[in-house]
Amino acid sequence: MISEDLSLLLPEIVLAVYAMAALMYGVYTGKDRTMPLLTWVTAAVFAALAFWIGITGPGTHTAFNGMFIDDGFSRFVKVTVLLSGAAVLVMAQDYMVRRGLARFEYPVLVALAVVGMMVMVSAGDLMSLYMGLELQSLALYVVASLRRDSAKSTEAGLKYFVLGALSSGILLYGASLTYGFAGTTEFKGILSTIHGGHMSLGLLFGLVFLISGLAFKISAVPFHMWTPDVYEGAPTPVTAFFATAPKVAAMSLIARLLFDAFGTAPADWSQILAVLAVLSMFLGAFGAIGQTDIKRLMAYSSIAHMGYALVGLSSGTQFGVESMLMYMVIYATTNVGVFAFILSMERDGRQITDLASLNNFAAKEPLKALAILILMFSLAGVPPTVGFFAKFYVLRAAIEANMTWLAVLAVISSVIGAYYYLRIVYYMYFGQETEGLDTGTMNIVPWIMLMGTAVIMLVGIVNLFGVEGLAHAAAATLVP
Amino acid sequence: MVEFILFAPLVGAIVAGFGWRFITETGAEWLTTALLFAAAIAAWFVFFSFDGNTQVVTIFRWIDSGSLQANWGVRLDRLTTIMLIVVTTVSALVHLYSIGYMAHDENFDESKGENYRARFFAYISLFTFTMLALVTANNLLQLFFGWEGVGLVSYLLVGFYYKKPSANAAAIKAFIVNRVGDFGFLLGIFAIFVATDSINFDIIFPKSAELAQMHIGFLWTTWNAADVIGVLLFIGAAGKSAQLFLHTWLPDAMEGPTPVSALIHAATMVTAGVFLVCRMSPLYEYAPGAAALVLVIGATTAFFAATVGLVQTDIKRVIAYSTCSQLGYMFAAAGAGVYSAAMFHLMTHAFFKALLFLCAGSVITAMHHEQDMRSYGGLRKKIPFTFWMMVIGTLAITGTGIPFTGDLFGIPIGFAGYDSKDAIIEGVWGANGAGYAFWMLVIAAAFTSFYSWRLIFMTFFGAPKGDKHAHEHAHESPMVMLIPLGVLALGATFAGMIWYNSFFGNEKSMESFFHLPTHAEQVADGGAQNILSQEHQIPNALGAAEATKPGAGAIYLREDNQAIEHAHHAPAWVKISPFIAMALGFLLAWVMYIRSPSMPGKLAESQRPLYLFLLNKWYFDELYDAIFVRPMLAVGRFFWRWGDGVVIDGSINALATRIIPAMTRAAGRLQSGFVYTYAFTMVIGITLLVTWMTLTGGAQ
Repeated sequence: MISEDLSLLLPEIVLAVYAMAALMYGVYTGKDRTMPLLTWVTAAVFAALAFWIGITGPGTHTAFNGMFIDDGFSRFVKVTVLLSGAAVLVMAQDYMVRRGLARFEYPVLVALAVVGMMVMVSAGDLMSLYMGLELQSLALYVVASLRRDSAKSTEAGLKYFVLGALSSGILLYGASLTYGFAGTTEFKGILSTIHGGHMSLGLLFGLVFLISGLAFKISAVPFHMWTPDVYEGAPTPVTAFFATAPKVAAMSLIARLLFDAFGTAPADWSQILAVLAVLSMFLGAFGAIGQTDIKRLMAYSSIAHMGYALVGLSSGTQFGVESMLMYMVIYATTNVGVFAFILSMERDGRQITDLASLNNFAAKEPLKALAILILMFSLAGVPPTVGFFAKFYVLRAAIEANMTWLAVLAVISSVIGAYYYLRIVYYMYFGQETEGLDTGTMNIVPWIMLMGTAVIMLVGIVNLFGVEGLAHAAAATLVP
Repeated sequence: MVEFILFAPLVGAIVAGFGWRFITETGAEWLTTALLFAAAIAAWFVFFSFDGNTQVVTIFRWIDSGSLQANWGVRLDRLTTIMLIVVTTVSALVHLYSIGYMAHDENFDESKGENYRARFFAYISLFTFTMLALVTANNLLQLFFGWEGVGLVSYLLVGFYYKKPSANAAAIKAFIVNRVGDFGFLLGIFAIFVATDSINFDIIFPKSAELAQMHIGFLWTTWNAADVIGVLLFIGAAGKSAQLFLHTWLPDAMEGPTPVSALIHAATMVTAGVFLVCRMSPLYEYAPGAAALVLVIGATTAFFAATVGLVQTDIKRVIAYSTCSQLGYMFAAAGAGVYSAAMFHLMTHAFFKALLFLCAGSVITAMHHEQDMRSYGGLRKKIPFTFWMMVIGTLAITGTGIPFTGDLFGIPIGFAGYDSKDAIIEGVWGANGAGYAFWMLVIAAAFTSFYSWRLIFMTFFGAPKGDKHAHEHAHESPMVMLIPLGVLALGATFAGMIWYNSFFGNEKSMESFFHLPTHAEQVADGGAQNILSQEHQIPNALGAAEATKPGAGAIYLREDNQAIEHAHHAPAWVKISPFIAMALGFLLAWVMYIRSPSMPGKLAESQRPLYLFLLNKWYFDELYDAIFVRPMLAVGRFFWRWGDGVVIDGSINALATRIIPAMTRAAGRLQSGFVYTYAFTMVIGITLLVTWMTLTGGAQ
């Protein structure tokens, strides 16, 4: 029995063992000099695992008496997390070296965080949920303050840690309430205590606290406050990582929890998600307008995007989950491209994140500017890009679930949000002649990421590279 | 052959319009002209060799969607062949004339590279193509294509002098007024499609008897399908042919170059409406209400336009109102069920009206682009050829001929207009209950005679008035302009006598000419009610069933349509009344403008209100300005200033410059940077969520 359980967890175990081996290797050999090698090997391991998980046959298996679930949904999310993690690692490697951030712990910590995420999305029990979440969070707290000599970075790490502890407390409180009223921590068991959509008040409290704790991880309003400060303060590669894999994993975890443990009472949690979605979308849009720092702007952008993903999820339908998954994949892909560019922004050899530095960029680097234009259009949801379809699917999910008001609000907020994306394009193409960015500073890997994602945003409209069908299959395993 | 006639002008238009830089402007002029002459010769050949049997030549499949089928093709029957010769002949002559007329136009500065001649010839060739597409159509869609095509080219040519604001205004006016008519026409096409599930003439015509039994919902109630379709199609026809209420664009369209006025706004395009009604004769035969409307509007237009023509002083405007009036005659004939007479007048009118316009162009050229007749006078010595040609045109339009020669010799001896106009007036008299229309037309004939001779007298007789310099330098036009005048004068003189019997005079000739089914059927039925069946025993060459079907011939007449028989047996006073009216008009003009030239001024003084009423064209423009234009402008201003400016711009600006920045500042203030604020926000958030869920009890 135990061997079967372990074989099911083999990818996670492999990654965890690899992380510890890599740590040992780093400590006992060249320390920080091994960082480039470790980065590439870690990314390769991620890619190999993604491939391995991707070719795993269909079917739903559980291990450890239901604490761990391996189904189509978890496999889809794991592949997304692994690939985006690998992409972020390799594109930042050169940057880390040049900025004196080449610490060998970084790829190890990212690997551990990814193990946590993999456990999260496969969680079938509040215990395993919390275990995965904390494994991921602890690794992230550390990487947030990777630049130990920078006040901003350490402040970001500390803030993230304190608030993360608070959110963990909230989550644990919710878990204990749920356990108290349901008598079990297993998702299936919790589900069986809810009859006919009716939920006891204690269980409802537990649900609200659980959602709140998880909302912190996806930085949904009003649990978003850490996001701008941490995004700005953390080193840019770390910000890029924050903006992609953990968001996908946490969003999927919410879907897993709500459908597996509270799936028979979707009306209760769908209102909460809808409110969080509206608040996130609007605060993200309003907050971003006033920003002058592109990293802070991307923080608000990610808050708004989490709102749109929640719109899909709050419909409480299979199509809603499908649209959420597609939204997250497209969001992560776009962000990889945008951060690949942000990593290359420098003037006189120094990192710069000021929006005004983009002035007149198109005249100097027309190709890159065009790629950014496409990515920004995609983030804003302008039709001939994949980003439009991402929004289109979540809106359709909302409308099909009779939540037209939510779709209308989402459209309004996306109109407001278009302003700050287009403003970047405006700076690049019509900005005044000011001191701009250095040209030709982009390394080949980020350049490929930037151009590749831009091309994907355009070419993808043909069939979305088949992601639609995969997301559909994944959603079908979560919501039968 | 017909394909060549149809596409030769298009080829000319494309080559002249896009390729004139390769063949020079002069090359473009001669190429288009040569192609048109070739087409005209081919058209006459087709006309004379045509045997009367309707043929359909399909050129290509155009639209095939469900039950909507439309092929591009040529429906070759008598109506088409008549229109082919009219359009190509007048067009060819106008092309030739334009080579002289457009040679030096002071509206364009050729030294500055403002080339206009190739453009002009491309336009008129394109016009000819679209007009031919219209008349050769075998379905309503191709007809509508041509209909819109001629409207477009008309717009382009009215506004040809695009530097003149008045020309641009006239072009826009022509276009918009035509849109009103076209809307009716489109609705008519839709109604036909709804009722018969087809837009092909072959299918529509045999169903016209069914249409008369059918009812169709339109606006607030249901109507007889045939009547509602007939009225809607007539609205389109009235717009294109400048009939009363939709006529206001035609006089203004005289802003275009004079050859354009001759070709488009006299001889061909404006007759498209008449052609449409005649083409749809099977339908109108079963739509007595619509036909009555056509009759009344036609007769009233003939009268109205003639009255306005009495007092105009611009030489082109006089002829323009004359055109409007003559079109009224044609509609009256069509409405009375005498379609052949309408087509007859259409054809003769094309010759003499084109002649008049081209003569007017010659006068205008001679007088250095002065168009006011009050500045003319005594020109017959200066430009004798033009004078004589214009007199022929005037004799034709006024209907000069020898009375009763028709009864004596079988053909009325007279100019073209005499035969065709008398045919219309007698035909209208022959139709049931058309007394109003008959008298309107007779009075209009008197007015026509008056204003036509007034034009001649003011222009060519009396003492020279106005700019002395212009009179001294008045000279005859070049040969390319005079030859077309001569050719058209031949048509204006003889066309009536040659074809009188085929169009109106002799029923046997008409039957073979138009492939009329009526009497073949009556013979087959025994001809119980047919007064004339004994006289006109025709060999029943066609099967009775085949021949009686509407749409088998070019024109369809129901067996109870006795207008032509009645007309042939009209009393003598009816037959002579247009002649008397013509003579009275001539005498009055002679008295007022030759005998005592001071009379018109005194008359205008003593009858000032009437004079002003006529001078201002019955105040139609002012009325439309007050009823339609100003309210629409006011509505537009309201939506522009208030709707767009205040509501839309205002709200967007307020949102974008006040509300959103305020929200942004609020969002910024929340982000204090202190951990305890952040934690507090989270706690507040969870408290609110829990409270809300508790109060609402979740979903319950």
